[in-house]
Amino acid sequence: MSRFASASVLALCMANPSFAQELNALVWCDHADPALIQPFEEKFGVKVNLKEYEGTAAGLAILDQSRPGDWDVLVIDGVDVGRAVEGGHLAELPVDQLATADFFPEVVMAANNMVGGKTYAVTEKFGYNTIAYDKTKVDPADMADMTTLWSGKYDGRIAIYDYYLPILGLVAMEQGVATADITAETVAALKEPLFKLKAASKQVSDVVSSQTALATGEVDILIGGGEWLTAVLAADNPNLDWTIPAQGGLRWAQSIGVVAGSTQPDLALEFVKYITSPEGQAALATSSCYWGMPANTKAGEVLTPEQKAVLRWDEQTEFLARSQLYPIPDAALDTAMQDLWTAMLQE
Amino acid sequence: MMRNGREHRLGWGLVAPALLWTLAFFVLPFAGMVALSFARMEGRAIVPAFDPGNYIRFATDPVMIKALTNSFEITLVVTVISILLAYPLAAIIAFRIPPRWQRLALLLAVLPFWTSYVVRSYSWLLVLGQNGVINRGLSWIGIGPLELAATRAATVIGFVHFFVMLLTLTIYANLIQLSPNYARAAADLGASRWATFRLVILPLTLPGVVTGAFLTFVLCIGDYITPQILGGNNELTLPQLIMLQLGRSGNFPLASALSVILMGVVTLAYVFSAKWVRLDRV
Repeated sequence: MSRFASASVLALCMANPSFAQELNALVWCDHADPALIQPFEEKFGVKVNLKEYEGTAAGLAILDQSRPGDWDVLVIDGVDVGRAVEGGHLAELPVDQLATADFFPEVVMAANNMVGGKTYAVTEKFGYNTIAYDKTKVDPADMADMTTLWSGKYDGRIAIYDYYLPILGLVAMEQGVATADITAETVAALKEPLFKLKAASKQVSDVVSSQTALATGEVDILIGGGEWLTAVLAADNPNLDWTIPAQGGLRWAQSIGVVAGSTQPDLALEFVKYITSPEGQAALATSSCYWGMPANTKAGEVLTPEQKAVLRWDEQTEFLARSQLYPIPDAALDTAMQDLWTAMLQE
Repeated sequence: MMRNGREHRLGWGLVAPALLWTLAFFVLPFAGMVALSFARMEGRAIVPAFDPGNYIRFATDPVMIKALTNSFEITLVVTVISILLAYPLAAIIAFRIPPRWQRLALLLAVLPFWTSYVVRSYSWLLVLGQNGVINRGLSWIGIGPLELAATRAATVIGFVHFFVMLLTLTIYANLIQLSPNYARAAADLGASRWATFRLVILPLTLPGVVTGAFLTFVLCIGDYITPQILGGNNELTLPQLIMLQLGRSGNFPLASALSVILMGVVTLAYVFSAKWVRLDRV
């Protein structure tokens, strides 16, 4: 079935040069790596136009302001698939044509990717928001316990990754609260530990500034960091490492789906299938923008031993067991969390 | 009479393209933004309304008031330091450097304009870091390391680097138009060099200074990139707060209200400085 569909799309592309000349994808920066996109473009003879965005709100705003058919593929934070479906932005996927059976079971995340019993997206990549550090500057044993960050020992040497969901999740876990148990009523209890963490930190920074700070020795610890931040620096900075402390870490996951109203849903589906194939997954996992674990276990057959070592491939069973999912806030909780985050930034 | 009517129509015809342009690309979008600022969020949906809630929230939320005061404080410091650095630089170029070299001097003064604003900001991050050029230099004389990166000081330094160039140009344009006879006349009347500067040169160059200061104020108070990259997110300015509402919360009505307030601040600045602002000196 799958091969037949691929052959059909390929045949259509070759038979009609005006068909599917361009595929428009709204993506995160890791998809902009030519090593990932070129094989698909060459196979189907199409041009993939990529628009990068940051933050679900920005991505959904772009979709809201677009005409039906403007976009074919959407990459979105796994926890926000429901929001995209609610906004009518994602089309149902034929799950029988996708390789989810080969995925790490924990990252299939049906609760996120399915709405009303229908699959609208599939996980493509995952990783951890946890603690990244320079192992020559801090005691790695200290990093195994998150409370060390509040102890005063590393004051002024910490950076906080500027994204409220994982950091509030980590603060909650340090307080013994599961991320799923954070509510609009209980989020206020996170204020004191969050503000203390800010007081102990040198900066709250985005990806590039965090990488710069860690790589140049401006800070020694990044809370919220993980393989996605240190892996691309590994060759030049082998001292950078990451771990999941005893309290656990946050597991991030990004999903991919076909945009509702796409004028070329077959080709868009082929793109999703390519991205979740072992080859596509290996390229996506080691993208020049940031690395992350591929959802498909069979990507392990394509990745080199060195790449798997950087990704901590062999430790995934333990990491998956010790990590919790991002909080999935409703509108009220999201507002409460963002207000708390904004107040922390201004503190 | 007929001629007057034809001239009148011709005048409107010549002005019409500019008016249409302004209407299409400024007045209408601005009106849309003002209208959106009175809408409200219900859950994650924007509901059209005439609700002053976003403005009331701004006036009553200390986080938002602090964002405005942070923006004011940073802008004020940047403007003053930039003037103090740019004026002598412009004077040296105008009066001390031979005319044939002045063009080259100006070119060198504006050289940093040629690099990307974002790249320049990240470069400053490296210069100001614990292991950056400044701290390494200070360590040779036994000072430091100083906490420079990810501070308000870093934001101010990044801004000043940019705006000194701008102010140098506007002040130079003013200085070069001054006849040397003013200084000679003052000297003939017994004025000291300081008195000549204070009572003659400075008042005559005030339009250039104020024009540059106004442009610095407008660009600085509305800038998002420099405080975001160099400030380390240790405090928020108003543009950063607007970006948080846009990129993260999707709260376009609140972002619009904050933008209208920012626009109001810029308008007030223009009203206060309008007497001296001479854009033809830029």
